[in-house]
Amino acid sequence: MPGEPAIEATGLTKSYGSVRVLTGVDLHVPRGSVFSLLGPNGAGKTTTVRILTTLTSPDSGSARVAGHDLVRDRARVRRSISLTGQDTALDELLSGAENLRMMGRLCRLSRGKAAARADELLAQFDLVEAGSRRVGTYSGGMRRRLDLAASLIVPPAVMFLDEPTTGLDPRSRAAMWTVITELTRSGVTIFLTTQYLEEADRLADRIALVDGGRIVAEGTAAQLKQQVSGHRLDLTLTGVAAFDGLAAFLGDRALLPDRDRLTLSVATDGSAGHVRALLDELDPARTAVARFAVHTATLDDVFLALTGHTTTAKEPAVV
Amino acid sequence: MSDLALRPASPLGDLGVMVRRATTLTIRNGDALLTSLALPIMLMLLFVYLFGGAINTGTEYVTYVVPGVIMLCASFGASLTAVAVTNDMTNGIMDRFRSMDVSGASVLGGHVAASTARNLVSTVLVLGVAFLIGFRPSASVVDWLAAVGLLLAAILALSWASAAVGLLAKTPEAASGFTFFVMFLPYPSSAFVPVETMPTWIHGFADNQPFTPMIESLRGFLLGTPVGNSPWIALAWCVGILVVSVLVTGRLFKRRTA
Ligand SMILES: Nc1ncnc2c1ncn2[C@@H]1O[C@H](COP(=O)(O)OP(=O)(O)OP(=O)(O)O)[C@@H](O)[C@H]1O
Ligand SMILES: [Mg+2]
Repeated sequence: MPGEPAIEATGLTKSYGSVRVLTGVDLHVPRGSVFSLLGPNGAGKTTTVRILTTLTSPDSGSARVAGHDLVRDRARVRRSISLTGQDTALDELLSGAENLRMMGRLCRLSRGKAAARADELLAQFDLVEAGSRRVGTYSGGMRRRLDLAASLIVPPAVMFLDEPTTGLDPRSRAAMWTVITELTRSGVTIFLTTQYLEEADRLADRIALVDGGRIVAEGTAAQLKQQVSGHRLDLTLTGVAAFDGLAAFLGDRALLPDRDRLTLSVATDGSAGHVRALLDELDPARTAVARFAVHTATLDDVFLALTGHTTTAKEPAVV
Repeated sequence: MSDLALRPASPLGDLGVMVRRATTLTIRNGDALLTSLALPIMLMLLFVYLFGGAINTGTEYVTYVVPGVIMLCASFGASLTAVAVTNDMTNGIMDRFRSMDVSGASVLGGHVAASTARNLVSTVLVLGVAFLIGFRPSASVVDWLAAVGLLLAAILALSWASAAVGLLAKTPEAASGFTFFVMFLPYPSSAFVPVETMPTWIHGFADNQPFTPMIESLRGFLLGTPVGNSPWIALAWCVGILVVSVLVTGRLFKRRTA
């Protein structure tokens, strides 16, 4: 088992009726790393997580999680992982402590051990005071923290977090990021899905961009950003004639042309010399360009370059 | 990899945890609990004091109506299982349980056990109030045991059937619609008025629906009158409903989690 990756998947596909949700997903996640699946609504993130956590079976393809085959060794997989789903999975009518104790009992801890572990986790997740209150009275951030605590009763080998910060306000999101960053220090493998580029950028060692049920790119945040030029010169032009003239001059070099807003961009290395030279080249008469800005590539640019659309909602392909 | 992460499976232990969970949830779900305890008593008082005077059953009406109220109470109480199951299926907690290798059967079993306990409590309450307003059964110990046994079988069957409905329903609201449907089933039976007093077209249904033999048996046991083969017919219904429900829940569960 040592040396084997935490997650190894090849050719996972899944359809619901005529909707092809996954069209061939390959994954390779080394032990102890944080891997993020980044994609818009409906990309297939939750479906991938549900397959890898044995909750649903793929139509084809195979996967090993924590060294166990997903189909043949389902029980072993289940005992090596934990899942924090997209919706919080807690009993609203039970208190936070009762929820954790119940999960502890289901992890086959003795009554005493389950209670002790619940107290530990409440302290770790800053929920000591709220622990005796019903979960129904918790804020969104508190629920997420408790939900995460519940998946750590017995330290898992691989943790699955499905959109752990969706719906949280910026402060709770930042708090959640701190918690997840701390978890990574314990050496656990984390498989995380998110719609937020910043989140993937901040937390993950490696990122896979998923769109329309397939992975369109994979690598470290830096590697992905290299796929688009590191920097971009955004130009706002003085009029339609200037726009048309420059667009014709640039041809394929024009990025993100928007005739209505009179904006287009060109690649640059971001240095003052190159920007100055570009401006002189594109606008020798100094009448076409009204404003410019230098933009540093984000994962959003990568996404746009690879899929032709931003990370906003998109319906899956229908066959 | 720590070996801590490899826990032995323990289906019975899980069932115990789930029974406790469902019971606690039942007790804390104040509205539903109050309804399932108060409604049967209110219905009994309604029938005895408002309608009872106009209904001639040949016996003291309260004595006639108690078995019907007990069955109504059992069916309504059992049908609440559907709402609890749909809740679990839709709010993500079932996924967490399954990802922890807890079987769906123990989660459903927990709800069925809690439903049975809740129904026994409400039955005792109904009987208590019935005694206060003049219910005088003439059952022997054996009759009481037979009545309780049959009632348990009915509650178990109805609770599993409700669990199946809970797996079928897409929302908790839809599942609670089912409880209304079940509440009306005992009316076209001998629960509140003798079947002979109903229009003839309904006799076929009233005589052959499962509630009639159940109520006839309970009435016979409690009043010490001959029961004929009603208990066997009732038991056959219970076993039939139970077996079909368990098979159907197994299939539905697989389908809902495919
Ligand atoms: N059980 C199901 N039956 C039918 N369609 C489904 C089912 N589960 C998912 N889908 C469809 O599959 C597509 C991908 O869903 P999935 O939940 O995996 O996306 P996601 O990337 O997690 O999106 P989100 O960011 O909204 O959570 C969606 O179009 C969804 O409607
Ligand atoms: Mg999702």
